[in-house]
Amino acid sequence: MRLPPQSCEWVDRSQPLGFRFEGRDYSGFAGDTVASALVASGASVLGRSFKYHRPRGLLSAANHDVNALMQWGGTPNVRADATPLIAGMDLKAVNTFGTLARDPGSALGWFSRLLPVGFYYKAFHNKRLFPLWERMFRAMTGLGRVDFATKRLHTPKRYGFCDVLVVGGGTSGLSAALAAAEQGAQVALVDENARLGGSTHGASELVDKVIAHPRIRVFTDAYAAGYYADHWVPLVERGRITKMRAHAVVVAAGAFEQPAVFRCNDLPGIMLASAAQRLIRRYAVRPAQRVVVLAANADAYRALQDFADAGIAVTAVIDLRDKVPGEQAARVAAQGIPLYSGHCIVEALPAADDKRVAKVRVAALGEAAVVAELACDGVFMSVGWAPAAALLYQAGTKMRYDDGVHQFVPGQLPDGVFACGRVNGIHTPESRLLDGERAGSAAAAYCGFGEVRDIAVKAEMESPTHPWPIVSHAKGKNFIDFDEDLQLADLENAIQEGFDNIELMKRFSTVGMGPSQGKHSNMNALRVLARATGSTPGAVGTTTARPFFHPVPMSHLAGRGFTPERRTPMHHRHAAAGAVWMPAGVWQRPEYYAVAGQSRAACIEGEALAVRNGVGLIDVGTLGKLEIRGPQAAEFLERVYISKYAGLKVGMTRYAVMCDESGVVLDDGVVARLADEHFYFTTTTSGAAAIYRELSRWNTLWKLDCGIVNLTGAMAAMNLAGPRAKAVLEGLTNVDLSLPFLAVREGMVCGVPARLMRVGFVGEWGVEIHVPAEHGAAVWDALMEAGKAHGIRPFGVEAQRLLRLEKGHIIIGQDTDGLTTPGEAGLDWAVKLDKAFFVGQRSLMAIAGKPRRQQLVGFMLPAGHQGDAPKECHLVIEGGEIAGRVTSVAWSPSLARHIGLAYVRPGMDAVDSSFTIRLSDKSLVTAGVVKTPFYDPDNLRQKETT
Amino acid sequence: MPWRLLRFALSNKHPEPRMFTRHDSLKPAYDVVIIGGGGHGLAAAYYLARDHGITNVCVLEKGYLGGGNTGRNTTIIRSNYLTPEGVKFYDESVRLWQDLAQDFDLNLFYSNRGHFTLAHTDAALRTSRWRAEVNKHFGIESEVVGPEAVKKAAPMIDLSCGGHAPILGALYHAPGAVARHDAVAWGYGRGADMRGVEIHQRTEVLGIDVVGGKVTGVRTNRGNISTGKVLCAVAGSTPRVLDMVGIRSPIYVHPLQAMVSEPVKPWLDPILVSGSLHVYISQSARGELIMGASLDPYEVQSTRSTFDFPEGLSAHMLDMFPFLSNVKVMRQWAGMADMTPDFAPIMGRTPVEGFYLDGGWGTWGFKATPVCGKTMSYTVANDRNHDLITGFTLDRFRNFELTGEKGAASVGH
Repeated sequence: MRLPPQSCEWVDRSQPLGFRFEGRDYSGFAGDTVASALVASGASVLGRSFKYHRPRGLLSAANHDVNALMQWGGTPNVRADATPLIAGMDLKAVNTFGTLARDPGSALGWFSRLLPVGFYYKAFHNKRLFPLWERMFRAMTGLGRVDFATKRLHTPKRYGFCDVLVVGGGTSGLSAALAAAEQGAQVALVDENARLGGSTHGASELVDKVIAHPRIRVFTDAYAAGYYADHWVPLVERGRITKMRAHAVVVAAGAFEQPAVFRCNDLPGIMLASAAQRLIRRYAVRPAQRVVVLAANADAYRALQDFADAGIAVTAVIDLRDKVPGEQAARVAAQGIPLYSGHCIVEALPAADDKRVAKVRVAALGEAAVVAELACDGVFMSVGWAPAAALLYQAGTKMRYDDGVHQFVPGQLPDGVFACGRVNGIHTPESRLLDGERAGSAAAAYCGFGEVRDIAVKAEMESPTHPWPIVSHAKGKNFIDFDEDLQLADLENAIQEGFDNIELMKRFSTVGMGPSQGKHSNMNALRVLARATGSTPGAVGTTTARPFFHPVPMSHLAGRGFTPERRTPMHHRHAAAGAVWMPAGVWQRPEYYAVAGQSRAACIEGEALAVRNGVGLIDVGTLGKLEIRGPQAAEFLERVYISKYAGLKVGMTRYAVMCDESGVVLDDGVVARLADEHFYFTTTTSGAAAIYRELSRWNTLWKLDCGIVNLTGAMAAMNLAGPRAKAVLEGLTNVDLSLPFLAVREGMVCGVPARLMRVGFVGEWGVEIHVPAEHGAAVWDALMEAGKAHGIRPFGVEAQRLLRLEKGHIIIGQDTDGLTTPGEAGLDWAVKLDKAFFVGQRSLMAIAGKPRRQQLVGFMLPAGHQGDAPKECHLVIEGGEIAGRVTSVAWSPSLARHIGLAYVRPGMDAVDSSFTIRLSDKSLVTAGVVKTPFYDPDNLRQKETT
Repeated sequence: MPWRLLRFALSNKHPEPRMFTRHDSLKPAYDVVIIGGGGHGLAAAYYLARDHGITNVCVLEKGYLGGGNTGRNTTIIRSNYLTPEGVKFYDESVRLWQDLAQDFDLNLFYSNRGHFTLAHTDAALRTSRWRAEVNKHFGIESEVVGPEAVKKAAPMIDLSCGGHAPILGALYHAPGAVARHDAVAWGYGRGADMRGVEIHQRTEVLGIDVVGGKVTGVRTNRGNISTGKVLCAVAGSTPRVLDMVGIRSPIYVHPLQAMVSEPVKPWLDPILVSGSLHVYISQSARGELIMGASLDPYEVQSTRSTFDFPEGLSAHMLDMFPFLSNVKVMRQWAGMADMTPDFAPIMGRTPVEGFYLDGGWGTWGFKATPVCGKTMSYTVANDRNHDLITGFTLDRFRNFELTGEKGAASVGH
């Protein structure tokens, strides 16, 4: 029921909002949460529990009411207790069969004796029947439903920086933020609530001071999702993540009020006293008319005033403590409320419609005899707290159990991490203020602002937490974990079965594994374990508190979806020419250029034949392009490549193969010597980034006198090849084109400074032209224009693959794998074992003395081969065993044969012998071993200089 | 409802005994000491007792049962490897898995869901074909399928993956499965315990005594033990234990992280893996999406989480399943992966007599749990490497006889 306007209430009564829940219309106000609006409208049942489908209401109103998860359109698992109400919301409870009001799933509660902890490990595992049972389980589990129509959300992220990040805007956090800012630190203060103030609900003059302070940035309605190394804390806001890098972090995250455990402690209407106070103070909602207060600390008695102000009649205060401090007892007496000290609620009973608690039974602690049965429509529990210490744990804080306050408190804090307030074991309001000031001052001083203020914070006089708020009951249903429907006996039984340390108990019973991650259950669970094993909570310890503090939507984590894609300077030329794209690492490359009316194969064949018979141009700008200079540049290359470069003449290039330490082929390219101490060299497209990184690592390690620059993005590159290539280039360059095969020249092409390398990858007269990237498109255009008369065609990756295969050139990664040595790949000629040193040399020497595992050979299918041709990675079969595999295969239009490369066992590599390839359909194809190159075996065409 | 659950209702007291006997102290000597109370160590103990009659065995665990990589992996079980050695080994493992729950009389939720390795590039398609052909050669169900088969098994997937990594096909492996990982450790632990093996949790090994090239004992924080045989099954801590006996290995340790979503109603049946997007995903019987990615790119001996992991993985998840935008990630964690240069494990006898190694399990250890137990128990009992592990011995690195499984690693590492 909605109360008359409260001072400092968070709802805006001028903005009524209509919404639907379970098919019924409701209304609330702007500023309400979904749950507060529902409770204001008299709803008590907000959801059903996970296992037994028991009706459940509000418990914490603090973002861990997992039993009040709702489906909002396509959004599953909306937390009603923490989600702001929006006009027009249409919500349903997530975990119901049928409807929330009538859920046949609640019948499961009758079978609860058959379904003890871990019951699913004990049955259903008949091999034949398990799939059927599993289907049933899968139909019953899960919470909300995903909606496949949901569009991808792109949520922004930003980086934030501050001196001091204060997590938690309650009394101690506000005080810490203010103290740090006053000492000169830039402060960020984050709080998950809509307003600052914590348990003062905003009615604190500190709030105004903090908001007005120029050095404090406030993030409300945002939570610190986790603590990562070096004070890296993502702040999750409704529509954004701010990744905050702080110099120091003050954790003032407070504590979670903990439920008491008694039979049917889950009935709607039974809630934490702090939840009731939130409803009253923030949302002006009266959650019940006549309540029993279950108390064990001063907080309960302070709350009585709030309850009285809201017109809630307190039938009785049941206090777990034998001795209630006089001031507290007097307060109750003054209001004429009966006080049962040393008593507890042993059982709550529901109203006839099961929608609400109707009465509670009270007994002396440890006794079975019920001394009173009290009618009520609500129970407010205030028996203790558990620190919200997740971030402290993640930061590496050593926590210790403090017997004075019966909670874990920071023992030793890591550098730059501070704690204050309830999470630090300080609960009295005045002390929290001081403790915050102490921590804020220390954090600012840590960052170099001001001096640490000498503040002594008094230890608590009485424990705010009862060490054993747990009552057993023969009939059970005394819940410890509301997410997972775990009763006291479930944990005791898990311990009996040997799951008697905290981690095993968690895994077997699933306590703390639900969406609230144990916020209301871990503390009681470890008490149960400590008592059952004759240990103490401190010795039992806690489970690891992993991120996230609250679950984070995937769209927030994914952000805008940054998937960088690299394009060469000629990209748009390719697109205009009909390029069909293929990904090559982070690049997009033309696979081939589509010609209207022609098949893919015909296009590729046409491009290849243009190179063979006329001229073609391919963009090779995706190759890694590196430059190395310095007196020891040649020495460096000697060390990283398997061939020799010290003696390479200026103006010449040489093929270059790189191995890793185990002698496995890693990459290849071409090294060009531009001057004595100046080399320009290429790597494969896919290897570029990794090779540059690896070379930089070696260079750092070896400390040679040379420097490497990555020019991959700075240079455009294209290969002009074919019998007419020279004619195309002739009028466009000042370089003498009679340069020999494998020469490199610097000169001008189309008025642009260029490097020309006479290469032979595709097996025709060809030259790789490297120009500054900004001129790439212009040079491409000029070559295409000049080539028109010669029938020039741009060619793509597929045609190049075919052309190089005709020449028997390997592609690293396709014709090699993670274990291929140079010798196996037919690169023996490139390996110079007699060098002083190169990476992989020692391994290759060892391997040289061993029988070879496999050998790459060229093969051809017989002329006129009918039927399917082998595909790459079809296996070579010999004597029924695997004897190798095909690595490349293609139809060669120039040779009119299927040609390919394959690994075969040693001894199967003799030219003119044959071997068998097995296709996917298990049919066998015979292939003949052929010497490579297949095309122009003497390489006359590419070497031609005239 | 199975009848066997009735006993819970018929009994006033919970009618279940302890799964693991509590032992207050270590004995002075054991025939075999197993270091590591994860799946592998417990499985070896189980088969030593069951198949080889060796029961004077203790398992030493620094933390709690299954608390290392057994409890940190994403529970995928498959045998679609690349090398003949790997394929035969993992195939035997899958066979053992299928009967394990009934052997244990403990439900492991062994769930045969089918496994797709998505190929987004023609290079990945080539590797898929290679694996399929090798797998089929050894009689394992494995085939290259087109995007339409992926769409059929997971109709909600965006085959274009946000437009930048279109799915060209996949390697489909019908026997691919998941299992409840913790229960595997408990099942083996209980089975070993029932047969007389002692399991000691919170017992840390401080040193191993080697005299004249032979193991003679183990020193722990709870006292010293004399023994002639030690099996090391400690995953990410392997280099540290190897140091104790002075064995060098090429193992290097990287963190491997994973994360899990809040439970949502089950919608995803198969297990999907994408090498290009660095994603693997399955949905548990609880409805949680269990998601993994590639190794952290640096060597660290730590299980701390980093934030860039859920960021990157979520971005790739949404490429495949944009509708998960509003689904929340509940928890992330990390394990320590003991990687080897050839992505195959290191198993068997070592240069130190009586010291046996079951390590180098990197990111692929869970699925091998049963077969590791089988083969290592044989190897320890007979002091002879089991036939199935001869491709995985430590000396292969010295002899350049690597077993290259990198191409079959679940995601590109």
